[in-house]
Amino acid sequence: MKKLKHLLLKALDVAALSVFEPVVRLCYGEDPKAQLNKIGKFIVIPILAFIAFLGIWHVAASNIETKFGSMPTPPVVWAQAKVMVNQVFENMEAKQAFYVEQEQLAQGHETKSAQFAAAAELPKNTAQKEAFLAEAKAQGQLAENARNASYAGTPTIVYRVVHSLKTVFLGFLIATLIALPIGILCGLSPMFMAAASPLIQIFKPVSPVAWVPIAMILVGALYTGTSMEPAMISSAIVVAMCSLWPTLVNTALGVASIDKDHMNVAKVLRLGWWTRLFKIVIPSSLPLIFAGLRISLGVGWMVLIAAELLVQNPGLGQFVWDRFQDNSSAAFGQIFVAVFIIGIIGFLLDRSMIIMQRSVSFDAPVAA
Amino acid sequence: MSTLTKNYVELDRLVKAYPNPRGEAVRVVDGFSTKIAQGEFVSVIGHSGCGKSTVLTMLAGLNEVTSGNIILAGKEVDEAGPDRAVVFQSPCLLPWLTAFGNVMLGVRRCYPKATRLERKQLVEYYLSIVGLADAMHKYPKELSGGMQQRVGIARAIALRPKMLLLDEPFGKLDSLTRMDLQETVLKLLDEHRITTMMITHDVDEAIFMSDRVIMMTNGPCAKVGQVLDVPFDRPRHRPDVLGHEMYYDLRGCLIDFLEGQDQRKHGKPTGAPPAKPASRSKDVEQFLELQTPAEVSTV
Repeated sequence: MKKLKHLLLKALDVAALSVFEPVVRLCYGEDPKAQLNKIGKFIVIPILAFIAFLGIWHVAASNIETKFGSMPTPPVVWAQAKVMVNQVFENMEAKQAFYVEQEQLAQGHETKSAQFAAAAELPKNTAQKEAFLAEAKAQGQLAENARNASYAGTPTIVYRVVHSLKTVFLGFLIATLIALPIGILCGLSPMFMAAASPLIQIFKPVSPVAWVPIAMILVGALYTGTSMEPAMISSAIVVAMCSLWPTLVNTALGVASIDKDHMNVAKVLRLGWWTRLFKIVIPSSLPLIFAGLRISLGVGWMVLIAAELLVQNPGLGQFVWDRFQDNSSAAFGQIFVAVFIIGIIGFLLDRSMIIMQRSVSFDAPVAA
Repeated sequence: MSTLTKNYVELDRLVKAYPNPRGEAVRVVDGFSTKIAQGEFVSVIGHSGCGKSTVLTMLAGLNEVTSGNIILAGKEVDEAGPDRAVVFQSPCLLPWLTAFGNVMLGVRRCYPKATRLERKQLVEYYLSIVGLADAMHKYPKELSGGMQQRVGIARAIALRPKMLLLDEPFGKLDSLTRMDLQETVLKLLDEHRITTMMITHDVDEAIFMSDRVIMMTNGPCAKVGQVLDVPFDRPRHRPDVLGHEMYYDLRGCLIDFLEGQDQRKHGKPTGAPPAKPASRSKDVEQFLELQTPAEVSTV
């Protein structure tokens, strides 16, 4: 029992959710007064603040008239959120119905194909026989086509979220693969740092919007594959160009600020370059590297929405743009839903990075 | 053991100079010379900031020598290497490795041909002789300061170095832990005779542990002031040493020197040798080498 409590508290700590610690302690009856006090301060008050925010929003929105109708209030947005969820289910049903229909179609064609094949056995006339066989083959082909057909409904919000996540991780991966090695080299060699520094300083402040046309043109010219949509690659490149800097700078800082004592250990042991890199340099800079990765992922997610909107990558960014083009009050409400989805996903991504960051950070050695 | 070399380590007129803000070279250490026999334990004692650690880091190869020579086992020393293992004042363990991992880092380096199992046994052996058999797989943050320093000592000895360099290894420990560790190190050195140089500012530690105590004059321009032989037999036991009739004479000799340095530092009249305490017997004089106090104070 006590062990479970300890475990729960530790899990909350690792997940950076120590706000809920008093709830666990309260459940175990540990100093209820103090716990209730903490719950009041750090759980109830934030909830009240959120409610206050909704209230202000409601009042303000009711008084704003736009060309899309009145600005959506929280209940309107909530209703639109439900509409969007319903669309997801409807879409799932439609999709299922579509595949059932296709299967029936395919079976119809297969029966016909079999009939023609059987009919081809009867006539002695070779020309007629070949005509039947050709027809049987054509029906077989139709059956196959019907089975291979994929459902092309409008993308639902779930599809868009998944697509956006795929894109942002692709971009984040590209950024990490570029930023880590360069960051390590920058940290190890002041000369390399001096060489890279002007480039970093020039490209770091560039807005994602400026990278969009460059990425689109380059992908259009260079990408000939079919496995990924060009729009997704362009968006990912824009994400990478904007999110690699925090990782790069933090990695360089982490590597450059290695404890001198640790480097002395490496010198005394005369460790080789690679051993030094993997046993000393990288482990000791991991906490800072992860701090950089965390900022990068946050920047990447923020940039992604703008990039998708411009590149027309079918993720959340494009959704916002589509809704804007829709010119209806309902669509206006759905933009607000999208804002919340974007925010919550960003928050979850950040949290998962915090957990990873904590798992690699070591505490400083205890001073004697 | 084969015949021990008398001049196993030679430090010849070592100079370390740092430029001051005006670009002039300030000699922190100015002409430090000594010779250490194989298997000998030498302590270097002096006031803090006198440059004793600088001497050690130069010997370790972690600090460039401005001029002078260091010869170890007939070879000139220029860069750091595992033949001169260092135990620093702070344990300097890698916090992302366990005690085992920290020692393994050195063992892997020094026994490149050993098999996995042999290396594992070596690491376990060295950790157990410093008394950490039960804490091998703990991370440094889970160990007390004294235990961390034990890991540092195990890591140093595991390199099978020609020379062991101890840079105030017990300086950050409480006095009980310190005494414990002093005995651990002496026991280790009784088993594995390694030529050792220890930097310390603890008079009792110097007498208890070393064969010879080098007293350094105050910096800048620090050099060897006096050298005191400690004539106690090994293995040493603390009660025997503390109870020895010579102990307080030796101790008084060291303290006299250090106090003399203090007076010099604070601009008190120099030239006159520090007053000899009445307690110092003629017996101790024979263990003082090289310079007499009078020579020192005119430096």
